[in-house]
Amino acid sequence: MSHISPIIWQFLVKWMTNFALFPPEASKIAPQMDALYFFMVLISLIGLTIVILLITSFSILYSKKRHPVAVQIEGSTLLEATWTIIPLGLFLIMFVWGSLLYFRIYTPPANAMNIYVVGKQWMWKAEHPGGQHEINSLHVPTGRPIQLTIISQDVFHSFSIPAFRVKREAIPGRYTSVWFEPTVPGTYHLFCTQYCGTEHSHMIGDVVVLSPEDYKKWLEGSTSGASLAQNGERLFSSLSCTACHNARPDARGPSLASVYGSRLTLSNGQQITADDAYIREAILNPSQHTTQGYAPIMPTYQGQISEEGVIALVEYIKNLDSDYRVQQTTASTTLPPDNGGKTTRTPAPQGMVKQ
Amino acid sequence: MSDAVTIVTLPDQSTARIPKMSYLTKENGLLSWLLTGDHKRIAILYLISISFFFFIGGSLAGLIRLELLTPQSDLMATDTYNKVFSMHGIIMVFLFLVPSVPATIGNFLIPMMVGAKDLALPKINLLSWYLYIAAGIMVIYTMASGGVDTGWTFTTPLSTHYVNTHVITTGLAIFIAGFSSIFTGLNFIVTIHKMRAPGMTWFRLPLFVWSNYAASILMVLGTPVLAITLVLIVLERTVGIGVFDPTKGGDPLLFQHLFWFYSHPAVYIMILPGMGVISEVVSTFSRKRVFGYTAVAFSSVAIAVFGFFVWAHHMFIMGISNYAMLIFSLLTMLVAVPSAIKIFNWAFTLYKGSITFETPMLYAFGFMGLFTIGGMTGVFLGSSGTDIHLTETYFIVAHFHFVMVGGMLMAFLSGLHFWWPKMTGRMYPEKISQLAAVVTFIGFNLTFFPQFILGTLGMPRRYASYPPEFQILNVFSTAGASVLGVGYLLPVLYLTWSLKYGAIAGNNPWQATGLEWQVQSPPLTENFPEIPIVDHEAYDYEWLERQKENEVASVG
Repeated sequence: MSHISPIIWQFLVKWMTNFALFPPEASKIAPQMDALYFFMVLISLIGLTIVILLITSFSILYSKKRHPVAVQIEGSTLLEATWTIIPLGLFLIMFVWGSLLYFRIYTPPANAMNIYVVGKQWMWKAEHPGGQHEINSLHVPTGRPIQLTIISQDVFHSFSIPAFRVKREAIPGRYTSVWFEPTVPGTYHLFCTQYCGTEHSHMIGDVVVLSPEDYKKWLEGSTSGASLAQNGERLFSSLSCTACHNARPDARGPSLASVYGSRLTLSNGQQITADDAYIREAILNPSQHTTQGYAPIMPTYQGQISEEGVIALVEYIKNLDSDYRVQQTTASTTLPPDNGGKTTRTPAPQGMVKQ
Repeated sequence: MSDAVTIVTLPDQSTARIPKMSYLTKENGLLSWLLTGDHKRIAILYLISISFFFFIGGSLAGLIRLELLTPQSDLMATDTYNKVFSMHGIIMVFLFLVPSVPATIGNFLIPMMVGAKDLALPKINLLSWYLYIAAGIMVIYTMASGGVDTGWTFTTPLSTHYVNTHVITTGLAIFIAGFSSIFTGLNFIVTIHKMRAPGMTWFRLPLFVWSNYAASILMVLGTPVLAITLVLIVLERTVGIGVFDPTKGGDPLLFQHLFWFYSHPAVYIMILPGMGVISEVVSTFSRKRVFGYTAVAFSSVAIAVFGFFVWAHHMFIMGISNYAMLIFSLLTMLVAVPSAIKIFNWAFTLYKGSITFETPMLYAFGFMGLFTIGGMTGVFLGSSGTDIHLTETYFIVAHFHFVMVGGMLMAFLSGLHFWWPKMTGRMYPEKISQLAAVVTFIGFNLTFFPQFILGTLGMPRRYASYPPEFQILNVFSTAGASVLGVGYLLPVLYLTWSLKYGAIAGNNPWQATGLEWQVQSPPLTENFPEIPIVDHEAYDYEWLERQKENEVASVG
């Protein structure tokens, strides 16, 4: 093989050793997705083979040399019905199969661990419930369903993990979610797949899948001292939310304990379920989301809190199951601290409030 | 027989002469071209201008492939790369693919095929070309003054709030190009309805006319939506009206809906006229009526109708509701069926034919193979589950290049070769053009097939740099692109050569049945010496035979 240039040779060797047709399967959904994918590849190959066979065999059999005079044929209802119904049937199978997968991928199970992801030009920020922050990487344990609640702070981005076969658009002003259950420890690509400007191709990172033990170690090693909900609590008091949402009998705002997941009636009579998206909207755009019985006096926080800050607040309100903490916080903001006042006086964590 | 037929059959090719009087020689001088109302001259003007833009768009594609030869962004800065792929997309979609077959081949042939002297509105036709040129000049100006880096999709809020490039100029350019396309579509619809020759019933129309009719409906109904969307983008950028801005209560997804409401049907605007070309070519070179004429005709209309109701399949991962997904995915599957019908009908047209393999036929075979792959991979994306993994990757890039380049461009080249003798009166050189068709086919597959694998592996589109493990397939793709480049340059050279040195074609070198082939090449300005009376079906080769016998009889 000496006559082959060494560069080409190296290239070919590299190709033969690294050749892959599909990415590693590292999530529970991946083999299911691949099954449909290979079914479609198979059907396509069969279809393509039929078309190629028809064209080549007719070209040979009925070339002008062999078949100088064409026989005029109008058509054939039977044949035409065949190639209408068979493809239609196959496409419908793919439609049903694909839709089932789609519902599975975008419907998180109730017990999923929620991680928030914020996309912005040009990085991914992940906020773990335990308060761990990451940029352009995501650590997740195997064997546990993980839900990502994704939002963009500026333009459209798209959070894509090919090894998990999942992808979800990060949209400005709106939460989207996707879930997966990692199965194989390792490091996988994380891409932004929606074109988002200059550094689009550098908005990439690693998804690190750890065994549950390693994950626990990682959690302990990267803690920032306060959980996401605690950060939210600090923000809650530093933004003076407690001035109204304090659960006192004369409070000007509704109590937020156990509000998450409950049915609310708004002042315009609309019935809604208080989910992440609703809480976010109610903070940023309160005049449109006044609970029945309360005056629309809440100021908007649009432009004053970063998406990470909103996430901390949402997480705090989600975990707020009694008014006790709120009352403690209120008490300690009005009275001088006597027990260290852990939740007051601490400046809000950097980056949470827009400067 | 002889009483109803008024079509003059001129002597055959071996004794043919270039006619002294034709649309090319009727008037001379630049002004006679720039102020012409003749659909054939306007078609030639379009042909020259879209070829110009094709080669600009193609050179940009070459730059993209060169940059992607290595994983790092080393040929150009990421910003430059973003501008290059944006301009490539904008030029290829709006200035080449949308007008390609309708405005050139369609403009030239539709009046002749229906037996009319011109399009219904010749001045509007010329206006449409001027609008196209105005749009083209604006795009060139944009490029010269720094370009635009939004991608051809102008995604908000990136395009409205975050980039500092020439979004407004480009948006207005496409707005204007849109009117050019609306006028062409309008002209075709009116002509096909009102100007058919006596006896030319709807089901005697060549399938090329049917498919252009379907595409025209899409142009007329779809393009205004794009125009409005672009105006909203411009208003959002200039005065901040906030329709798409979430901080002002707008919805960025609304932009996606509006944009794809045009841009998905636009795909059919691009492919349907190409399908029409394939019907003509396959029939002519197998000497047979198109198998299941009505099915093929109605499948064009079905594609046009369903084509309007599938746009949200571009948004499966963007948080549309699960139920909306179900409907759009189902309709996407339905729109795939007429395409499958067409492929099989063309294949069966060959059955018991008498097939020859001239260049147009080779391109048509290329089309059938590549369009089958392009169509099938479209089903991968229409099925919502697999779409999640494959969308926004190179899989989608490969898919639409198989349809647009492997399909439409192949069809365009097929049609250009097929009707070249009619347009110019001279034949293209056969051997070298067959070679070009084969080179194009090989180059195309080498360029775009590896991209399916890249996409499945997860490589995102619009990346100036990429992880090193994707390099090998990218090297194949770039190598293929250079072969493809040669395949596209060859026709320019030999077609130009043939203008002067090509063999004289005669009026019907392919012995085709269309009305356009029954008159001299190049045709007279008024197409027909007198309006023909049509007494036969489309693709009636027996009629053509009788015509010839009749001719011999009357001469003898």
